[in-house]
Amino acid sequence: MAGIKKFVVGAFDDEAVLFPAVKNVRKAGYKIHDVYTPFPVHGLDHAMGLRETSLHTAGFVYACAGLTTALGFMSWVFTKDWPMNIGGKPHFALPAWIPIAFELTVLFSAVGMVLTFCYLCQLAPFVKKHHFHPRATDDLFVMAIECTDKTNESEVTNFLQFAGAKEVNVQVAESGWWIGRYDKEQVLYREEEF
Amino acid sequence: MNQHFILPGSYKKWTIGLIVAGLVALLYGFIMYHPFAHAGHGENVNSTRFWAVLLQNSVYFLLIVNAAMFFLCATTMAMGGWQASFKRVTEAVSSAVPLLGVLTLCIIMAIVWGGRTDIYHWLDKSAVAHDKILSGKSGFLNPVFFSIFSVITVVLWWLLGKKMRSLSLETDNKQLSFEEGKKWIWDNTVWASLFMVVFTLSVASTIPWLWLMSIDSHWYSTMYSWYTFASSFVAGIALITLFVIYLKNRGQLEYVTEEHLHDLGKFMFAFSIFWTYLWFSQYMLIWYSNQPEETKYFVERIGTAEKAGPFKGIFFFNLIINFIAPLLILMKKGTKRNWTTIAFMAVLIIFGHWIDFYQMVMPGTLHDKAEMMPFEFGIPLLFIGLIMWTVGKYLSSHPLVAMNHPFLKESIIHHT
Repeated sequence: MAGIKKFVVGAFDDEAVLFPAVKNVRKAGYKIHDVYTPFPVHGLDHAMGLRETSLHTAGFVYACAGLTTALGFMSWVFTKDWPMNIGGKPHFALPAWIPIAFELTVLFSAVGMVLTFCYLCQLAPFVKKHHFHPRATDDLFVMAIECTDKTNESEVTNFLQFAGAKEVNVQVAESGWWIGRYDKEQVLYREEEF
Repeated sequence: MNQHFILPGSYKKWTIGLIVAGLVALLYGFIMYHPFAHAGHGENVNSTRFWAVLLQNSVYFLLIVNAAMFFLCATTMAMGGWQASFKRVTEAVSSAVPLLGVLTLCIIMAIVWGGRTDIYHWLDKSAVAHDKILSGKSGFLNPVFFSIFSVITVVLWWLLGKKMRSLSLETDNKQLSFEEGKKWIWDNTVWASLFMVVFTLSVASTIPWLWLMSIDSHWYSTMYSWYTFASSFVAGIALITLFVIYLKNRGQLEYVTEEHLHDLGKFMFAFSIFWTYLWFSQYMLIWYSNQPEETKYFVERIGTAEKAGPFKGIFFFNLIINFIAPLLILMKKGTKRNWTTIAFMAVLIIFGHWIDFYQMVMPGTLHDKAEMMPFEFGIPLLFIGLIMWTVGKYLSSHPLVAMNHPFLKESIIHHT
């Protein structure tokens, strides 16, 4: 649900510092809202304890929908609605439909996955997102830790500084705007993962 | 660490068993099928069958072991480091090229110089003289050119492959400094690109035309060589993967992890789809334009709307086993990281493309007389046994991990 939340935000300038920091923050029991990086960092999702994305499963479902739509529509048009003699070929001309069926499969899965991705990340036109740090798109790795009523902010701030953050501050932001906000599931920290 | 892998007794038993079984099949064929009987088309079906089966298997297994060297050179040229931890397995598979190359050359020379017009119709001089299409192709399809070109090609595969392997083995006993490492990578790149040129001009164009496409000598397709290449490459990757899994099972190849398996699985998945793309492009264009001289190839296999052809079942089985199965089974990340599934899929792919080569060779030579009997399944055992023998020999006489490869670290920390 949408709500105003408080975050402790730490900016790191080194991947090698970020990974142990993520580990220690989770170990200490703080909840990482998200880590913003200028480029995809391999293994970070695993370190953060995020569950595997199901975006590709959604992609498979959209692809099946696209394939069915294409084959269903073409077979209806060419065998029932408006049969035409094209070069003496059979009306049910499957080989000729394969390229179109392929295109629609790709189109459905691509567009569907982009839209799903936007939904999951709560992106849409005219929606303003809170930026925790502008340099997250440039050269800094930005970690946002979600606070509850009981969180002691100065303690978290100190913790992040100790973990190697170059800048630490406390920010207030709206945490979600859509119905059924997608809260990233996080597994509790376990020692054997590392 | 640099201790050599000792081949387990079971491996040796299997190798010898397969070779013996294959030799029995070969001997059986030799006695029962009169391989040197007169070669007129359709006259001695059994002798045609003998040579067609040998041709199919020798070419198939030679091309898949040669595809291992292609894989090695392609990754070398792309500065790929991830495969360094199982590089020796790739080299071992490619070390079967000389032996299988000589066997293949013997078989095709026997076919060509034995005047087996039932296999290659263009060998029939009187037919060529009255045939506009064949006489037009005779500058290319004649015994002398065929033989010289085949020998040169196989020798080049062998020599360039040997150079790549010896470059790799050079590093076993010396640590490379940074400068030496750079120079070594450069040398590798140069030789790999030379191999690549030869490979492109042979496997990806002329060799499938000569060895396989000329069986249907009136017909041609510009897709054919790519299609054969895709077939042999995906089966070659499957073969490498099988050996990697076997060694991993034996507690060897300590640096190979699920990450490497995942990437090999991706290769199998991607090139299965690439194969289908070429298969379909060839099929659809011919189906669409509907020219009698082009559709002949498919009429011989699947037949027409009125009358089903003798290879209809195999033709569509080929598509199911080589496209539908890899597509659906290898799509998920979990299956590509599962040793058992990948081993199963590798076997399936090798078998599937063997079927693919079967339906390339048989329709043009045996027509509706082709069979799938113990002889057809016995001859591949000989080739599998020979591959296992050469690969086992290479693996047990050299260190299994190229410890001084400059990219080894990259392979150890590899993460897909």
